[in-house]
Amino acid sequence: MVAPKSPAAGRRTLRLAIRRQESPGVKSRWERFEVEVEPGSNLISVLQGIAGRPTTAAGEKTTPVAFDCGCLEEVCGSCTMVVNGKVRQACSCLVDQFVEGDEITVEPMTKFPVVRDLCVDRSRLFDGLKRVKAWVPLDGTYHLGGGPKESPQDQETRYALATCMSCGCCLEACPQYKVEPDATTWAKEFVGAAVISQARLFNMHGTGQVLKGERLEVLSGRGGVNDCGNAQNCVQVCPKEIPLTESIAAVGRQATVQAVKRFFSGR
Amino acid sequence: MAAGGRHRVIVVGGGLAGLSATLRISEAGLPVDLFSIVPVKRSHSVCAQGGINACNEIARQQGYSEHEHFDESIYGGDFLAHQPPVYEMAHWAPRIIDLLDRMGVPFNRTSEGQRDLRLFGGSLYKRTHFAGATTGQQLLYAFDEQVRRVEVEGKVTKHEYWEFLGPVLDDRRRCIGIVAQDLRTMQIRAFRADAVVMATGGCGLVFGKSTNSVMCTGAAASRCYQAGAFYANGEFIQVHPTAIPGADKLRLMSESARGEGGRVWVPRRKGDARDPRQIPDAERYYFLEERYPKYGNIVPRDIATREIFSICVHDGLGVGGGNMVYLDLTHLGRAYLERKLGGIIEIYRKFVGEDPAELPMKIFPGVHYSMGGLWTTYTAKPDSKGLVHGAPNSMMTNIEGLYAFGEANYQYHGANRLGANALLSCIFDGLFCGAGVANAARERTPAVEAPATHFDAATKRAEERMKSLLAASGTENPYAIGKELGDEMTAASTVVKSGPRLEQSLATIASLRERYARIRLSDTGMWTNQTLAHARAVGDMLVLAEAIARGGLERKESRGSHYRTDFTERNDDKFLATTVAAYDPTTGGSRITFERVECPLVEPRKRTYGKVEGGATAKAVASPHA
Repeated sequence: MVAPKSPAAGRRTLRLAIRRQESPGVKSRWERFEVEVEPGSNLISVLQGIAGRPTTAAGEKTTPVAFDCGCLEEVCGSCTMVVNGKVRQACSCLVDQFVEGDEITVEPMTKFPVVRDLCVDRSRLFDGLKRVKAWVPLDGTYHLGGGPKESPQDQETRYALATCMSCGCCLEACPQYKVEPDATTWAKEFVGAAVISQARLFNMHGTGQVLKGERLEVLSGRGGVNDCGNAQNCVQVCPKEIPLTESIAAVGRQATVQAVKRFFSGR
Repeated sequence: MAAGGRHRVIVVGGGLAGLSATLRISEAGLPVDLFSIVPVKRSHSVCAQGGINACNEIARQQGYSEHEHFDESIYGGDFLAHQPPVYEMAHWAPRIIDLLDRMGVPFNRTSEGQRDLRLFGGSLYKRTHFAGATTGQQLLYAFDEQVRRVEVEGKVTKHEYWEFLGPVLDDRRRCIGIVAQDLRTMQIRAFRADAVVMATGGCGLVFGKSTNSVMCTGAAASRCYQAGAFYANGEFIQVHPTAIPGADKLRLMSESARGEGGRVWVPRRKGDARDPRQIPDAERYYFLEERYPKYGNIVPRDIATREIFSICVHDGLGVGGGNMVYLDLTHLGRAYLERKLGGIIEIYRKFVGEDPAELPMKIFPGVHYSMGGLWTTYTAKPDSKGLVHGAPNSMMTNIEGLYAFGEANYQYHGANRLGANALLSCIFDGLFCGAGVANAARERTPAVEAPATHFDAATKRAEERMKSLLAASGTENPYAIGKELGDEMTAASTVVKSGPRLEQSLATIASLRERYARIRLSDTGMWTNQTLAHARAVGDMLVLAEAIARGGLERKESRGSHYRTDFTERNDDKFLATTVAAYDPTTGGSRITFERVECPLVEPRKRTYGKVEGGATAKAVASPHA
């Protein structure tokens, strides 16, 4: 097989400043690199280049920069990091947008504990999905016929919410969401837009709504929807353009309705 | 954990096959330890786009059936697949769709609220169910949610960021657990289990750039192979006809683009440099439609890939004289594209910077899927029409207690996989064969009673391998070796192969292995050392690459994705047979034997897809059932 011809010349040198941290809880430092890049390539190939030849801009040998990545096409959420101050996936960060001579800063997300360099621990996000029971309460995997019918409009709404890849961009950008290295505090602190939006997704599903009351119970309490400060940063940084503020508003309304019903039923 | 008494099962890999197996085995009452290099929600299944095949009511009323689905898959795979498992899978497919529907997968809907359907390669019936153009992501998420549910119930323990280093075998060479490493703390330890399911996906990274995610190195399968498991049909690598070339990977442009009406073409005149929108229809060469009037753009992938390759490389008709053809969606309209193909349109826009609703996409084939994988067995029904449910050897390797599911398993797809059959085979393995694994595990003397010696020895071996890598003081760079291996495998073991070229390839792989023995790591630390994990995988990829290349050399015929310029015809007398590679620890290479494939349900027939030879004048376009 013949490899496709590369998009010709135009290779140039990029300058990067990467925030490095050896392990959790230790001090971070900046390290500078100069990397030759092809047009059309992305930040991941730059980091892979550094891994293959870990030498700083000053010509000193160093260790490769640790970073997470997976699909490289912005559907797995692994390679989320902060580039020039903006949270995003490194795979869809194309180098062509940078002007020759500029220094590009690359940092780990700040709302999750750093494991090493650009790798962070996002377990809290998955813990949030457990807390709101973000699933359909299935009776088992044997054949019991199909699921509920659904209008194309409802499908389109649910599909948009279901493309959330738990990347954490919305949490990084949220002023109410704070880094919590200690798992015992997670239940008391703001759960964030991604998890609230998943609660809305399952509250919409014909079978998933069986657990609606339990989800709203969690989200009505401390760390729930009321902790949202309405900064609306989340919806601006979401790479999948999920209507996160609509989700927060919808779940907020559902929680209010539930509270009113409870008040009058005395339960 | 009380459930299941003292028996437990290990599943390695958290993609669709691993998660569906975890769910079924846990439902059968056995505790499961689930291992994954990445958080399971980030597994490679997210990249699957187009859909999942199953017979449905509309297709059925047009004459389609589960049997047709079975027959298409066998014909698509050029008769190399074992027929009983494919028969069972095709019959389970509608039940799997129903289950996914119950789990909340947002399948596209018709105005009446029914599940919408689309055309896909190798079929004239609409039998592919889909959720936009991110079906794999949606299916994976549905299983991820269900596994999280059972995890909360205490039935499943996840070990994320743990890498499988090898199976643990007892004196009788039965699998009694695994050795794994925490990729953060770098701790290596053994885990006991009464059955181990390998659901570790494919090996795209062996070919350097592919459509696969970065963790699809094939290293886990290679480690089982080096421990004595057979590797089967390794030479059958699917090269997807439509990918976007990139510096770091090849990004898939789903077959659904053609299933929804996308047309592949090149300018008829060599070197025509006009803007594609300025080229009138009569001056465009819709070569797939002209050569395959019946199937048109939805011929199977191996065929479309060879035609595109030949148009560019032999005829020099590629766009701009290069290796590119147009995949044209511009006639379908923006609203339709957004609704049916939004996910892939977005990928093209983001990574190429052009709008497929305005301009034809420029694409070229890219390595995509491995039909080959770990050799497995099964129990067929007496009439060969399907499998015995719950049989303890359901997709078990030649090592008792070690199973292979999903892409890591060589079954179902023969010499070429049909589009939208992969998601199906992953889930089928997990749900159908998972029941057999649970039964087998229950019959074993619990592994918790096995002496510690085997586990200690296996752990020590893995630690020693790590220490020798960290201590290596050579001059070779493992990244460079991995890249050279990828270039060589793509050049010699993909679309077009030949005996002399494969001989040369085996020599190249051998020299890369010699150089690998002289590597040096740029990171020797003991915290989240990604350099170590990469270098270790490169070593295992070199071993697997040798088996893939040697299988290709020994198979002196052309069948499905395996095309030899020196043996251009299919040879059923000699090669209607599975390639079985056994690892030889003395040479570090493979010994290849061929195991006859029986065809109890459909007889092999010529696989042409109605090709019109030299059909440049034929004007008919595929007219599939609406």
